[in-house]
Amino acid sequence: MLTASLEINRADRFQMVWFRKGIEKVTKPSPIVSPQTSLMLAVRDSRDREAFAALFDHFAPRLKGFIMRAGIGSGQAEEVVQEVMLTVWRKAAQFDPARAQVSAWLYQIARNRQIDLIRKERRALPEELEYAPATEPDAGQILAVEQESGHLKQALARLKPDQRAVIEKAYLGELSHQEISAQTGLPLGTIKSRIRLGLERLRHELKDMR
Amino acid sequence: MPAITHHTPDALLFAYAAGSLPAPFGLVVATHISLCLECRAAYEAHQAAGGVVLESVDAMALSEGLKSSVFDMLDRPANHEPTHKRSDIYPGPVMDSLEGKPPRWKPLGYGVRQSILSSGPDGSVRLLQIPSGQAVPDHSHQGIELTLVLQGSFSDETGRFGVGDLEVADHELKHTPTADVGDACICLAATDAPLKFTSLLPSLLQPLFRI
Repeated sequence: MLTASLEINRADRFQMVWFRKGIEKVTKPSPIVSPQTSLMLAVRDSRDREAFAALFDHFAPRLKGFIMRAGIGSGQAEEVVQEVMLTVWRKAAQFDPARAQVSAWLYQIARNRQIDLIRKERRALPEELEYAPATEPDAGQILAVEQESGHLKQALARLKPDQRAVIEKAYLGELSHQEISAQTGLPLGTIKSRIRLGLERLRHELKDMR
Repeated sequence: MPAITHHTPDALLFAYAAGSLPAPFGLVVATHISLCLECRAAYEAHQAAGGVVLESVDAMALSEGLKSSVFDMLDRPANHEPTHKRSDIYPGPVMDSLEGKPPRWKPLGYGVRQSILSSGPDGSVRLLQIPSGQAVPDHSHQGIELTLVLQGSFSDETGRFGVGDLEVADHELKHTPTADVGDACICLAATDAPLKFTSLLPSLLQPLFRI
């Protein structure tokens, strides 16, 4: 258990070094964890500010574009970006790469903060599942989550432009729930395998808990 | 976890993940996800897809001072946002909405009681308590009504709904949910438009009772 966690940390640090310095000669086999996941783990486990700065540079401008798509002005969008990035730093302990990619985790934080700040309402959030403290980071699961996200990305890229535009608008919050319901032809099949993977993982976690 | 047979439809999970649901529906969906692993997995899958879209959005240049102002704030203590854990039959999101206190029940007649959690222009959400064997008066909807069972069970023209089950009723469904024999049935119910009761209460009184 401990060994597994140490191995992952070591692998992450290794990835970090690779990511930061661009060392090309890989002498040690390591799981191919995406740079963003490595950075986020460095923030979570070592409160690494340099890693946070790299995440900020990658995500903050995208978050701003994302929030402005909802018709929010630049100044207010930056307030939301600021809150999102602060939440990333403060709630880093909740980041679980075996369940979500960094982008998915940020997507949800952005949605929550946007609703709290712009609509001035407190968004109802599902109860967090409480795992057993000894839950071991599962390298296989982390990779599976990354692969599935890759599949989702490819599936979106393969859609016809008009279909992709609808999906993007929906995730950007530009469609009402009635409009989403009315899109019966949404090609959401690609999401099914992601659901199966997530369900297996959740069942596994809860089994460990009992 | 209860054995759930009536799940949140995918379009609602999608809209919830995308932040497009009115708050009353958001509370019901968040509560259902708290009880249902399958819908939690589906919700997380939508987050993953949302993350992919976030990555593909055109980046916008940031104001010069934004990054340093975020870094200046990293060590400041965060405003504490209280969240409540499940208490008795009420999952965390319901307890948040009750601000950690027990529901304040008000009689509606025939032993039916309600506790309004919020009511506003985008709809209302309340807890309903229906005694064993009692029918919720025949009603139809202008919009959509979501009903999530938290205790006991009810049956109507479309089936039986036990703990964790979610019924989605649209304006075409005119139904008479009846609490099954056993514990009183307690539900979390949300609408995006006022209910139209066809018996029990004259519609004139509806604004008074906010149902």
